[in-house]
Amino acid sequence: MTIQMLSVICATVAVSIAATAPALSEARAIVAALEAIARQPESQGPISRTLFVGLAMIETMAIYCLVVALVLLLANPYAH
Amino acid sequence: MMPRSPLESEILFRIGVIPIARSVVTSTCIVALLAFVSWAITRRFDDRPGRLQTAIEALVVTVGDQVRGVIGRDPEPFLPIIGTLFLFIVIANLSAVVPGVESPTASIETPAALALAVFFSVHVYGVREKGVFRYLASFLKPNPLLLPIRILSELTRTVSLTVRLFGNMMSHELVLGVIAAIAGLLVPIPFLALGVLIGVIQAYIFSILATVYLGAAIGAVEEG
Repeated sequence: MTIQMLSVICATVAVSIAATAPALSEARAIVAALEAIARQPESQGPISRTLFVGLAMIETMAIYCLVVALVLLLANPYAH
Repeated sequence: MMPRSPLESEILFRIGVIPIARSVVTSTCIVALLAFVSWAITRRFDDRPGRLQTAIEALVVTVGDQVRGVIGRDPEPFLPIIGTLFLFIVIANLSAVVPGVESPTASIETPAALALAVFFSVHVYGVREKGVFRYLASFLKPNPLLLPIRILSELTRTVSLTVRLFGNMMSHELVLGVIAAIAGLLVPIPFLALGVLIGVIQAYIFSILATVYLGAAIGAVEEG
């Protein structure tokens, strides 16, 4: 198996995991925020601000994996 | 294979030995545009505001309210940097909607430069608020043992600011490219609309995170 084939497989695996796990945790964060807003609609402003920042933090992990996958595919230092 | 790696930047021309990338040209144009529009609008401010002045005032007040919501004190000293960051990133993200323009935030140099600006201004604001020694001493709290981690977190959050903005904008361009290659007619339109939403949200997130870091440096917010 060449480095190129390995890189493609690893990039796919990385992006799949990076799509699944943050999606699940973002869903939990959104559920919690929606429940809080339903209970106290007047606190919507701070809750949605915190939610957005939190979602961005969670999503960053997915973006990291995407960048790693892109480096593997397009700028792989070991594939000459 | 894709024609051009999204991790490389397209060189338009060279001045002497310095290569000038496309994103540099675009962001310089955006800076010039922002500066000119702000100068032209604020040149004749009136007590009885017209439409344009009302819109600008509403924008400034909104940014100020958001900053006040995070820091919990007068947002006046933070308005210049946060407002400029927000406006620049919004326009840079949305510039991809204009045909023929590539969003400068989709190549890694521009987000890196913005994150470095945040990195340095955090320390400038912290020193200005607390003085050099008290600011440096705040790195030893809550425990001097945590000093390496505090320094590491300063660096990693700069990197994560960069990669977050770059990754979001670049991956969106990639998705658009793939969709346009599969189905070129009408199908990319909802994704373009989604791109507008993503661009504004990412600009908001970048500015809010910069506000949180500034607030942490002056001791108004707990470190996030």
